[in-house]
Amino acid sequence: MNARQVMRVMVGFYLVLFFAYLFGPLIIMGITAFNTAPYPTVIPFEDFTLQWFDILFRDKDMMIGLQNSLKIGVLVVLISVPCGLAGAIVMQQVYARARSLYYLVVVSPVLTPGVIIGISTIIFWKDFTGATGIGFLYDGLILAALGQSSFISAYCMLIFLSRLQRFDHALEEAALDLGASNAQVFRHILIPYLRPAVLSAAVMAFLSSFENYNTTTFAILSDKTLTTVLAGRVRQGSTPAISALAVTIIAITVAGTIVYELVKRREDARKAAQRRTAQDAERRELAAA
Amino acid sequence: MQAALGHPFVIALPFAVGLLFWLIAIRERQIGRIQGLSFFQRNGTAVGLFLIVAVAFWAVFMIVLPQLFMVEMSFRPKLPPSAMGGPRDVYTLQNYHYFLFGSATSSAEWNVVHIRAFWLTIIASILVTLGNFLLCYPLAFYMAQVATAARLRFLLLLLITPYWVNEILRAFAFRVIFSTGGLINKLLMGAGLLSEPIDFLGLDVGMYAGLSYAYLLLMVFPLYNAIENLPKAQIEAARDLGAPWWHIHAFIVMPFAKPGIASGCTLVFMLTSGALAAPLVLGGPRSLWFTPIVYDRFYQAFNWPQGSAYAFILLLTCIAFVLAVMRIGKLSLGEITR
Repeated sequence: MNARQVMRVMVGFYLVLFFAYLFGPLIIMGITAFNTAPYPTVIPFEDFTLQWFDILFRDKDMMIGLQNSLKIGVLVVLISVPCGLAGAIVMQQVYARARSLYYLVVVSPVLTPGVIIGISTIIFWKDFTGATGIGFLYDGLILAALGQSSFISAYCMLIFLSRLQRFDHALEEAALDLGASNAQVFRHILIPYLRPAVLSAAVMAFLSSFENYNTTTFAILSDKTLTTVLAGRVRQGSTPAISALAVTIIAITVAGTIVYELVKRREDARKAAQRRTAQDAERRELAAA
Repeated sequence: MQAALGHPFVIALPFAVGLLFWLIAIRERQIGRIQGLSFFQRNGTAVGLFLIVAVAFWAVFMIVLPQLFMVEMSFRPKLPPSAMGGPRDVYTLQNYHYFLFGSATSSAEWNVVHIRAFWLTIIASILVTLGNFLLCYPLAFYMAQVATAARLRFLLLLLITPYWVNEILRAFAFRVIFSTGGLINKLLMGAGLLSEPIDFLGLDVGMYAGLSYAYLLLMVFPLYNAIENLPKAQIEAARDLGAPWWHIHAFIVMPFAKPGIASGCTLVFMLTSGALAAPLVLGGPRSLWFTPIVYDRFYQAFNWPQGSAYAFILLLTCIAFVLAVMRIGKLSLGEITR
């Protein structure tokens, strides 16, 4: 065996180990969801069962938590995608002297621990809504959405910024020269250009909100979300119903990933076909000329 | 000093800073230092208003004011609502005093439990960060430079799935493995190596394992993005010139990927030191981690000002870490957060 082959074997060995570490715990947890043993365990594997899923779906608190998580997720998308978009556009235009301060402020939530964001959110809104008489806004779901949005907006902004960096400003100028108003340029040039980024920012915002625990556990007040109910259940004791929840979430993610991949492949194939057709047409035209 | 005037002052502060920059901008436009279209001419009134309102709401009401209110609260005493604004509502350092020296009635010289938990959290977080870097660097390099396009796509798909499994379930998976009736104990006892189970969770083995697992993927992606941009020709040139493999990594790939390394390390450190799920789920009653102590200030001691002080201490630690990374790597904030 020469040095190159040794290297290849070592790399393969490392990759297998890495993914075993990554997936091993999840797979073991997944198996316990199908074991009849009342305590989540792999050995002995007593018998195959789906009863834990049944128990999970009948858990009222979990289902209320799930509904709240979905509501918060939608709210977060509605808040953080526009804020992130505005943040990115302003970043490109902001007065040069204020740029570094502005950047520091809007990017800081990315580097702040989630618990601190949750804590500061409840402290501020408690006093602010109390003092201004808008106490109805001091509500667990709204505060959780606001707290999560403070850093999820920053993620969205970073997504929009990286797309805006490749934006060709000649397009904007051409439209203005042709008599479009500024609002029309925004509506018909910039937004369509950013549409793929809007979609990926929305998906990312929803998923980040759905899985968040650190910020939510403070900001949710006396309400509950799926993750806070889950945390309570896990602290009370282990039951395979929790593993069943994990299996459900993993199954949905895997299904989502596969669908996304298939859609993307189809789109890539379609784009490649379009490009080929365009090239053929161009070639024919050149040949005719 | 009376604390009653704190809130109006704090609320006015970000608006005053915004106004100041606006006035300077107007002045500079008058003397001709700034030229070109103004903000509203460039965006139109409707879009311009949307941009300003959205950014102001986000930056002021969701980021700056909550943080300032938290810091302000950390300098206040804990008072019943009726005493707020009264003669006892004055700014004080007593919450920070408590972190260092414990309650006034305790006989110990220092607040040993909290201080030890704080340092342990920082040191363990640094170790976890380094461990994650060592584990993820080869994978990131392989994906960015060695793997074929099809293999890369497959690996990325594999990485995405566990990324969206939430922290509590990840921690729970480790409990299934490490608890006294868990997989490892069953295996060891089945093999006859143990006669009775070891309490891995009580020994904090589970907690540290869970913490090093939890944020692994947040190290992979920044590293991968950074190394991906390195031209393959540079590595080949070094190899042709006879550089051994570790030279290539230490003097070509790593210096090039410095922003990615810095951003991965900052994220993992911040998330680990602020982790709540793994210590709650995997820690025993005697486990030391700083975040659950902060949590208890709020939900067991019901002492919000003290909890704010503890949260602010954690925040300062993270800021210090970011500054240290920027200083060591000679990087700007923009390079870390890309």
